[in-house]
Amino acid sequence: MRPKADLEPAVSTGPTATAASAAAPTEGRRRPRAERRRIRRLTTRDRIVITVLLGLPLLLTLVLVWATTLASIGLSFTNWDGIGSAKFIGVDNYKELFTNYPPFATAIWHNLLWLGFLALVATPLGLLFAVLLDRKIRFSRFYQSAIYLPVVLSLAVIGFISQLLFARDDGIVNTVLGTTGQGGHPVDWIGDPHINIWVVLVMAGWRHAGYVMVLYLAGLKGVDPSLKEAAAIDGANARQTFFRVVFPVMRPVNIIVGVITVIEALRAFDIVYAINGGTNGLELLSVLITDNIIGEASRIGFGSAIAVVLLLISVGCIVAYCMTELREEKK
Amino acid sequence: MTALTAGRAPKVSGARASDGTGVAPRRLGLHVFLSAVSLLWLAPLLLAVYASLRPYQETAKYGYFSWPRHLSFDYYREAFTQSGMAQHFLNTLLIAVPAVLLTLFFASFVAFCIARVRIRGGFLILILFTAGNLLPPQVMVTPVYELFTRVPLPYWMSDSLTMYDSYWGVIAIHVAFQTGFCVFVMTNFMKALPEELREAAIVDGAGVWTQFWRITLPLCRPALAALATLEFAWIYNDFLWALVLMSSGDKMPVTSALNNLKGQYFQDYNLLAAGSVLVALPTVILFFILQRHFIAGLTLGATKG
Repeated sequence: MRPKADLEPAVSTGPTATAASAAAPTEGRRRPRAERRRIRRLTTRDRIVITVLLGLPLLLTLVLVWATTLASIGLSFTNWDGIGSAKFIGVDNYKELFTNYPPFATAIWHNLLWLGFLALVATPLGLLFAVLLDRKIRFSRFYQSAIYLPVVLSLAVIGFISQLLFARDDGIVNTVLGTTGQGGHPVDWIGDPHINIWVVLVMAGWRHAGYVMVLYLAGLKGVDPSLKEAAAIDGANARQTFFRVVFPVMRPVNIIVGVITVIEALRAFDIVYAINGGTNGLELLSVLITDNIIGEASRIGFGSAIAVVLLLISVGCIVAYCMTELREEKK
Repeated sequence: MTALTAGRAPKVSGARASDGTGVAPRRLGLHVFLSAVSLLWLAPLLLAVYASLRPYQETAKYGYFSWPRHLSFDYYREAFTQSGMAQHFLNTLLIAVPAVLLTLFFASFVAFCIARVRIRGGFLILILFTAGNLLPPQVMVTPVYELFTRVPLPYWMSDSLTMYDSYWGVIAIHVAFQTGFCVFVMTNFMKALPEELREAAIVDGAGVWTQFWRITLPLCRPALAALATLEFAWIYNDFLWALVLMSSGDKMPVTSALNNLKGQYFQDYNLLAAGSVLVALPTVILFFILQRHFIAGLTLGATKG
C-alpha cells in the first residue's frame, strides 16, 4: 500500500486532468514505478466480476472466431458434406482445387487484382486527397465530406448503384461516352466478363479512397510541424520533405492503412454478390466459399480448403507487410 | 512562428511552390480539382436518387442522362410497401442495437482489464481479440453455419428452434467479431486516461465493478460515442452474415433484404435505385449528424496504434 501522502496531490488535480483528457486524451502523466505495479488486491467479488465479464466475450471470440477458423483448417482435409460422417482424405481437396477447379484460379487472380488496385490506385489517391486537404483551404470540410460519404454506404448498395450507372443500354456512363443510340456500340460494362471486374474495382476504389483519406488526414495532423520546418531549413524541397520526413513519421498510420487495404481486398464480397452473385467474370474466393453453403452443392470440406487458401493469403500479406514496416523502423 | 506556419502550407504540395509567384492560380487549380473530385464522388449517389424519381419507361427511352419529364416518389412507395421494408428496418434495429450495446460493453470491460487492472496475460488477450478481427469472415462462415444449425434454442427465443435463422445467432457473431476492433481502440484510449481518480477510488475501497462502471467508463464517453456510431454503421451495412445465417426472408435485415428486391423485379433498375437510396438513407443521415464521431472512431484506432 502506497502512503496516502503520495496520493493526496494527485487526487486534488484529478478533476482538471480528467476534463482535459475527456476532450482529447493525451498521454496521462506517467509515474512509471507506480504504474507498472500491478494492483494485486482483488477481492473474491472482484475475481467473480472479472471472470464473468471477461470470460463471456473471451469465450464468444474463442468459439466463434478462433475455433471456427481452426475448424475450417481441419475440415479442409476431409470430404464432409455437412450431413454424413467426415472422412480424412489428406490434401485431396487442395489437389482438386489447384488442378481441376477452373473458378479457383480466376478467383485468386481477381482477389490479387483487387489488392493490387486498392494498394496501387485507391490508397495513393486517398493519400493525395489527404495531403491536399490537410492545408487550410476554403471549403475543405465540404470536400472532405463529399469524398468520405461513400464510406458510410454498404458495399451491397454500391453494387446496386453500379448496375444503374453501368447499364448497357441506358446507363449513364455509356450515355456520356456517346456509345448508345443508333449505330453505337454500347459497352456491356456489367455483362462482359472481361470488363466487369474493372467496373467493380473502380467502385470499390471509390469507397476505399475516402476511407484512406480520413486515416491519413488524422495522421498528417499528428505530424510535428517543426519536422517540416527543419527539413525546409536543410534545403529539402516539398517532395523530399513529404517522402523523406512526413511519410516515414506516419508509420503507425501507414501500418493501419496497409492492413485495412489487405483485409478489404480479401474480404471483398458484397459488391459482386449484389451485382450477379459473383459469377460471369466476378468470381472471388469469398464467393466460392459462400456458395458451398447457400448454393446448391454442399461440399464443406472442399469449401473449407478455399477458406484456408484465403486465410493463408491474408495472414501472409499482413505478416509480410508488418515485418517490412517494422524492419524499416529499426533502421 | 506565424510566418513559418503561413509559409509552410504551400510548400507541402508541390515542388514548384518555392518561386513565390502564382499562388492564387495554384489555389484556384486546387479548388477546381477538388470540386471535380467531390462532384465525381457524389455523382453516383445523386444519379441514383435522380433515377429513382423517374419512371422506368422514361429512362429506358431517353437514357438515365436526360432531362426529366415525370418526377414522383412512386418507386419509393413501391419499394417500401411491396418488399415490406418497414419490417426489414425493424429487423436491422433488432440486430444492430443489442449487438452494438453488447460489443461496447464487453469491449470496454476487456479493455479495462487489460489497460487498468493489468491482469496477467493481458497482452495475449489483446492480441487474441485484435488479430481475430483481422481474419476474413469467410474463413469462419462454414463452421459457424454448421454450428448454429446444431445449437437448439427454445421456441420463445427462436421459431426456428436453432441458432440458425434466428436473431440471436446473427447478434452473437457480430458481437464476437466486432469486439476485437473495439477492444483494440478502447485499450489504447484507456491507457491514455489519468489513473488518479481510480487510485483514489481504490483507496476508498471501491471494487473492480465500481472502478469500471462509475469511474473509468464515464471518462470514455468520447471513444464510446465514436465507436457506437461506427459499429452501428458497420453492422447496419453487413450483408454476408444475415445472408448466410438466415433463411426466412421476413427476418432479414434491410441491407440483405435488398437482394430480394432485385430478384422480384429483375428488370426495373429504378425501383432498385429507390430501394438502395432508402437503405442508404439512414447511414447518410447518421453520417451528416454524427460526422465527427465517425471520423473519430476510425482515427482513434489508427493514430494510437
